[in-house]
Amino acid sequence: MGEKLLMKGNEVIAEAAIRAGCRFYFGYPITPQTEIAHYFAKRMPEVGGTFLQAESEIAAINMVYGAASAGARVMTSSSSPGISLKQEGISYISGAELPAVIVNIVRCGPGLGGILPAQCDYFQAVKGGGHGDYKMVVLAPCSVQELYELTVEAFNIADKYRIIAMIMGDGVLGQMMETVEFKEKEEIITVDKNWAVTGTRMKRENNVITSIYINPEVLEKHNQKLQQKYKIIEEKEVRVEVFNCEGADIIVSAFGTVARIVKNVIKMAEKEGIKVGLIRPITLWPFPNEAFEKYAQVPKAFLTVELNAGQMLEDVKLALNGKNETYFYGRMGGMLPTQREILDEIKRIIKK
Amino acid sequence: MKAVFKRPHALKDVSMHYCPGCTHGIIHRLVAEAIDELGIEGRTIGVSSVGCSYNNYEYFNCDMVQAAHGRAPAVATGIKRVNPENVVFTYQGDGDLAAIGTAEIVHSAARGEKITTIFINNAIYGMTSGQMAPTTLIDQVTTTTPYGRKPELHGFPIKVCEMLATIEGAAFIERVSTHDIKNIINAKKAIKKAFQVQLANMGFSIVEVLSSCPTNWGMNPVKALSWIRDNMIPVYPLGNYKGKDLEV
Ligand SMILES: Cc1ncc(C[n+]2csc(CCOP(=O)(O)OP(=O)(O)O)c2C)c(N)n1
Ligand code: SF4
Repeated sequence: MGEKLLMKGNEVIAEAAIRAGCRFYFGYPITPQTEIAHYFAKRMPEVGGTFLQAESEIAAINMVYGAASAGARVMTSSSSPGISLKQEGISYISGAELPAVIVNIVRCGPGLGGILPAQCDYFQAVKGGGHGDYKMVVLAPCSVQELYELTVEAFNIADKYRIIAMIMGDGVLGQMMETVEFKEKEEIITVDKNWAVTGTRMKRENNVITSIYINPEVLEKHNQKLQQKYKIIEEKEVRVEVFNCEGADIIVSAFGTVARIVKNVIKMAEKEGIKVGLIRPITLWPFPNEAFEKYAQVPKAFLTVELNAGQMLEDVKLALNGKNETYFYGRMGGMLPTQREILDEIKRIIKK
Repeated sequence: MKAVFKRPHALKDVSMHYCPGCTHGIIHRLVAEAIDELGIEGRTIGVSSVGCSYNNYEYFNCDMVQAAHGRAPAVATGIKRVNPENVVFTYQGDGDLAAIGTAEIVHSAARGEKITTIFINNAIYGMTSGQMAPTTLIDQVTTTTPYGRKPELHGFPIKVCEMLATIEGAAFIERVSTHDIKNIINAKKAIKKAFQVQLANMGFSIVEVLSSCPTNWGMNPVKALSWIRDNMIPVYPLGNYKGKDLEV
């Protein structure tokens, strides 16, 4: 048995990263995720790691690029405006096929927006945001326990595929305290990083880490290789929670914090004789299309609830491909939907 | 027969793409010679940047990382922090280092990051066809200052060595030139010393090298060299700005 602790979400992310073998963290403060940096600043020296407060998010992500080039398990974290600044580096890291973990504890925007929870960076995370055709694996935990488990997994996925794994949460998750049960030992995959720059030691050809391929034929091949890798990830790395969907009248799709609210709505609805199912994508990319296909014929409809103007909604619609009605309910600006609001919305749809 | 002159091992036996008369090639050779003489090729990692030398990973025989425009010092920081035993250098133009990457170079120096920067000042953006750089001289004509650089419109040239010399974490700072043999020999000495400062863990080191861009200055190579001497050096005085007496 591992130890059970009461911890804050943001701190759990940092602790999980250390347990996953991450020894390098580069970041720049921004609410509501700064506790990640505080925790690393304290813990990294204890485990012989490096915590470095960079002069900007741009510098931080490029330090990640350098450390990943040198073969280290490395991460950075930020919140929405900071992630926008990191987009340049994210694109370069993706182009150079380096493994790295990035945490985005999303806050509301656009612009400086506010510091309260939101899910308005969904498009930026799953559809790009930086330039070029690239993908990141995007993991959306909904509890502190899951923050821990998915952070460890993020490092494994990153190393396995030489890709960025992003943990996307929000201020509620980052700030909430819950019990978390740590394993005694993590399952850490070890991959051969013979591509890393470590010095040739005069024993091999020099290694080059780059994302530039001026020759169009070569660059097209590089892009095709990236796309093939993304296909494999789509086949192998989908994670989804399907809850209460057998025999449901209506299925709600939600991720992260919102999915927790929906689970309470399901209990409320049951008392009123309405059976509500939940499909909770845990990987936002790759998107769990099959779960939606499987329940596409649910009698009433699908309802997507998000803390934005309807971003995941587009992926749900693509997954359903016109096989059922899809409704949307969202709140923005740091507002959270109440259970009652969501239930009313469900009833409105059912009556139609 | 005894070989008295040969290609440094740290430089690959390939032809370079630089324009005729461009001194980027000479500077590559000086860096490679310093690496050879210090016997550090096997543990050196270079970070190329964005500019005419973006693909010098094709020329240097050590491990290389290609960085985004201006970000090389941050990338080098990441590498060096992972393995302090590596010798890490960045190779950056003046647009790269003194415009888009000003924050990265200043803060790497402030942290006393144990990396070495080779800073190529040719007073212009070469690769993108001759726009004004932060180092462009007053009255110098470029494609974006067609009437000459005017301080009231475009600001003043940035003197990187003088600026970085105010920073405590910077251990060694020197400005050199490539316009004649004597100066090239001096440049080599400075580059080697900058690496030695890194090897001795003393802090951040940078060598600014005044370099020619005959293509974008619109001059023949010979004229370009005398232009460095006559026009650049008065604005960018050569010499050591920090760490002259460091014992390495
Ligand atoms: C973010 C970004 N902005 C602009 C460019 C275009 N760009 C390529 S090289 C260059 C100027 C480089 O000039 P300098 O650093 O002086 O090097 P030189 O070409 O003179 O060797 C610019 C602006 C780019 N590649 N990336
Ligand atoms: S454009 Fe200028 S700096 Fe670039 S290779 Fe040609 S001469 Fe050298």
